[in-house]
Amino acid sequence: MDLQTWIYIAVGGTFALYMGIAIWSRAGSTKEFYVAGGGVHPVANGMATAADWMSAASFISMAGLIAFLGYNASPYLMGWTGGYVLLALLLAPYLRKFGKFTVPEFIGDRFYSRPARLVAVLCLIVASITYVIGQMKGVGVAFGRFLEVDFETGVLIGMGIVFFYAVLGGMKGITYTQIAQYCVLIFAYTVPAIFISLQLTGNPLPQLGLGSTLSDGSGMYLLEKLDQIVTELGFAPYTEPAGSKLNLTLLTATLMVGTAGLPHVIIRFFTVPKVSDARRSAGWALVFIAILYTTAPAVGAMARMNLMDTVQIGEVGSAEGNLLHEQRPEWMKTWEKTGLLAYEDKNGDGRIQYYNEANPEFAAQAQAFGWAGNEMVTVDRDIMVLANPEIAKLPNWVIALVAAGGLAAALSTAAGLLLAISSAISHDLLKSTFMPSISEKGELMAGRIAMAGAILVAGYLGMNPPGFAAQVVALAFGLAASSIFPALMMGIFSKRVNNVGALCGMLAGLGSTLLYIAAYKGFFFIPGTNLLPNSPEAWLLGIQPESFGAIGAAINFAVAWSVSRVTAEPPPEIQALVEDVRVPRGAGLAQGH
Amino acid sequence: MSTKHDAAGYWAANLKLLGKLLAVWLLVSYGFGIWFVDLLNEVSIGGIKLGFFFAQQGAIYVFVALIFIYVRQMNKLDRQFGVDEE
Repeated sequence: MDLQTWIYIAVGGTFALYMGIAIWSRAGSTKEFYVAGGGVHPVANGMATAADWMSAASFISMAGLIAFLGYNASPYLMGWTGGYVLLALLLAPYLRKFGKFTVPEFIGDRFYSRPARLVAVLCLIVASITYVIGQMKGVGVAFGRFLEVDFETGVLIGMGIVFFYAVLGGMKGITYTQIAQYCVLIFAYTVPAIFISLQLTGNPLPQLGLGSTLSDGSGMYLLEKLDQIVTELGFAPYTEPAGSKLNLTLLTATLMVGTAGLPHVIIRFFTVPKVSDARRSAGWALVFIAILYTTAPAVGAMARMNLMDTVQIGEVGSAEGNLLHEQRPEWMKTWEKTGLLAYEDKNGDGRIQYYNEANPEFAAQAQAFGWAGNEMVTVDRDIMVLANPEIAKLPNWVIALVAAGGLAAALSTAAGLLLAISSAISHDLLKSTFMPSISEKGELMAGRIAMAGAILVAGYLGMNPPGFAAQVVALAFGLAASSIFPALMMGIFSKRVNNVGALCGMLAGLGSTLLYIAAYKGFFFIPGTNLLPNSPEAWLLGIQPESFGAIGAAINFAVAWSVSRVTAEPPPEIQALVEDVRVPRGAGLAQGH
Repeated sequence: MSTKHDAAGYWAANLKLLGKLLAVWLLVSYGFGIWFVDLLNEVSIGGIKLGFFFAQQGAIYVFVALIFIYVRQMNKLDRQFGVDEE
């Protein structure tokens, strides 16, 4: 069967599955719409959380990032997994005990402050919208590349599918589709990785293959060979750190704290029956995430190795050492057509020279070789995962599976984010702030309308991305780290932090983070409005804007604590509330509304 | 329901456990993965430098273990202080 048929079968089949689940799991009450009825098994919730968390970026882009940054991509690996330790130990069980429907609701109740709740809603909506734009783009790109439809049509199809199960089923529909989507995406990610690991090292487990010797007869270890070949071509060594340790530390911390503070992840833990289930569920979520996150470094290193090996066929510098462009493999031709891979014969020898032309120390040597610049002028990082099955010469059905997996990753994250947005609108804004008398039925309808509206906005922004869409990491994680996480943590671990303190802390954390990002990236990310150049020399102490969220969080903690010290302590009923969330007993009762 | 005294004891025991687990969390990720990476890279296990291993594999495995240790210890504490859910 040809590739296109396989792709129609894989994508069509998985979409039919999601639709079937949607019809089966319609939501009948607000409790089902917001928290799936509160009876999801902890392992099932762990799986749904993993799909919720792993986005198009995790599936498509992360291995490519590792392939080109090597060791220096580690903050993403440690940050996006280590955050779950914070979530499990510091937030999830207590917020589950609190037993309400949204994250801003906890902040509003614990700090007996409507402004604090509104600030939390605002942060939630901005962080989630920026994040969802990336998912919609991912859906459009995946459709465009694999189904040969327009980008816009792809986004529309994706919107239609999410509309169907998210509006109908709310959290209940989303939970069960996410479980199915996890199975699709993890299968699609690991199968090509296993085959590539087998081909390169003879070890079927990619995690072990990363530390194994190559099966090319050289007897060299994979990473040893990779370090050698990249340095010979003027690139930085793959396994060695570069850049400041302070920046690596803060980037890791920002991603960890931001992960633990992202509302669409936190609300998944409101769906399990008990406090002890919330703890266990976080553990399972990390198990399911770790399967992909420990495979990604192997995929990254092996993809880089394959790329270098394909182009550099012999000794560096010898005339026959570089591949003739005529003889390039089929997969390179395929990806050249998409524009994600581009070749330019700068020295006119018909061969491909791929090296680091930005390295001044290597320039003289390159000249001596008769090289006139790097000839692989475009190597899009996303190719590393998408072209993997072709590079490994896997059958067509595996390529089709990767298409379905990428779509599953994007759709599952989009649905989780859209639920966080719609519940904040219908529950935090409408029910609690503007229309307290709304009936449950009315609130459920409002939730569905808010969901539909959020899908339309997300789809529109996906098709017409504002300039800041690419800055999603800095913005979403910065916001979650500097405002939401500290407020939640202090709400549980301190009885002394009060309404004024929490509000001042959130605004200070948020303000300082936004200011730092804006100073280097421009206000609202409009090019040219930045006060300082966005380069390592100009960064304060060498801290890149993406890493600042951790400092924003520290500012939040410090301000909230100091202001609370000099103002009145929280009323007795709030202190009793804090004592109550700290013990698991009685969680079943707290679920009522 | 538990008494006030029990709740305070339970919370103190919880904080002590958190302190220990988060110390390990800090050590394997920031410690082994970033601060002491050059030192650890002097040693290799199989074909991976140890610092690189912790940064891209080892820390993640330890994170998973930490959460399950936490789950087990907390369930024990819950029963010991009589605050577990029926």
